[in-house]
Amino acid sequence: MIEQEAPAASAVPRKRGRAIVVTSGKGGVGKTTTTANLGAALGASGASVVLVDADVGLRNLDIVLGLEARVRHHVLDVLEGSATLDDALVTDKRVPTLRLLAAAQTREKDEVDTAAFRDLIASLRDRFDYVLIDCPAGIEKGFANAIVGADEAIVVCTPEVSAVRDADRVVGLLGDGRSVKLIVNRLRPALVRKGKMLSVDDVNAILRLPLLGVIADAPDVIVSTNKGEPVALDAASPVGEAYRLIAQRVAGTLTGEPEIPRERTYFEKLFGSLR
Amino acid sequence: MFEFIQRFFGKPASSETAKERLRLVLLSDHLSLAPDVVESLKHDLIEVISRYVDVDAANCDVSFEQQEAAVAMLANIPILGMRTRPTPPAPPPDPPTPPTAPPNSGRGKRRRRRASPAGANIAAPAPPPAPAPGAPGFSPV
Repeated sequence: MIEQEAPAASAVPRKRGRAIVVTSGKGGVGKTTTTANLGAALGASGASVVLVDADVGLRNLDIVLGLEARVRHHVLDVLEGSATLDDALVTDKRVPTLRLLAAAQTREKDEVDTAAFRDLIASLRDRFDYVLIDCPAGIEKGFANAIVGADEAIVVCTPEVSAVRDADRVVGLLGDGRSVKLIVNRLRPALVRKGKMLSVDDVNAILRLPLLGVIADAPDVIVSTNKGEPVALDAASPVGEAYRLIAQRVAGTLTGEPEIPRERTYFEKLFGSLR
Repeated sequence: MFEFIQRFFGKPASSETAKERLRLVLLSDHLSLAPDVVESLKHDLIEVISRYVDVDAANCDVSFEQQEAAVAMLANIPILGMRTRPTPPAPPPDPPTPPTAPPNSGRGKRRRRRASPAGANIAAPAPPPAPAPGAPGFSPV
């Protein structure tokens, strides 16, 4: 299957891309949104990026990217040899250096062979600067497949007891051999101030991971998902900016402590509602 | 700390409740994910108690239970009889004497012990140290 790629791969000089799995344990904390936006921001900065949807059976990354109508083949087609990698890779509408390898919607996670998936990720690393893998929720075979080819991981966690507990478990399962970093998602600064939500420090007092960034719980994200346009490509969106800064941290072009989203002032709220 | 806030503000901030629940649940998770630590603790515990009384080592059970406000260690250690003379500083004891009575005979011989709430730092899932002889915190229920 991957041998079919050999002519193309040998024609171009091989890259040694980074394979990063985006994971969380708990479902619904924003793994797919994070993968899409991080990929879009990295791609927009000029890097070549492939997003791999490892959530076989519940494919969603194509929806978040607005590419659902272009998907012809999926990851299992490639693994089983019924499509080449080039047939299956979908190029993003807005970011020409961004590609998507969709998951199979009508198949099951258990059908994916772990060793074959690892080889697939390895071959993608030869062609792209970044291979971002959108991990399914849970810690079963889908999780094992998603992490097998990645030597880096980003744990997405929301400031909730259940999400932190699951993230703690996942960090343990990722093992010591990987670089693991944290994104805190859906923070509501006003609730934190009132003592009604765990703060970023509360979360990271438990997880103790290097912090890549914090994403506020903002309507922009919901609107962008509705439209299938990653918010990271919206130059005017503060959340989009937060994703772009995370991308810079991942790329290593930005260092120092990430900014924690603050509450919007009344003026900003008014201004924001007029947008 | 939690009670402190509760007392002074009447109602705790729910983020404090969340933090406390997380602390307990993670403590419980980390204990259940480290069976080797629990096994080693059980071994040491039986060894210490055996210095004072004859215990039925084959039927000992040590477990952890998450309760409302604490994670408790529950040790069920059947006691077969007193040793003739407690010898606290004695070197590691000889293996427990073979049971003279069938295990579980007589409920009165079973003693349930409960440790004080484990206060370990959840962020560092370090195994609880094996209890030293006569360590405080062990009180019969």
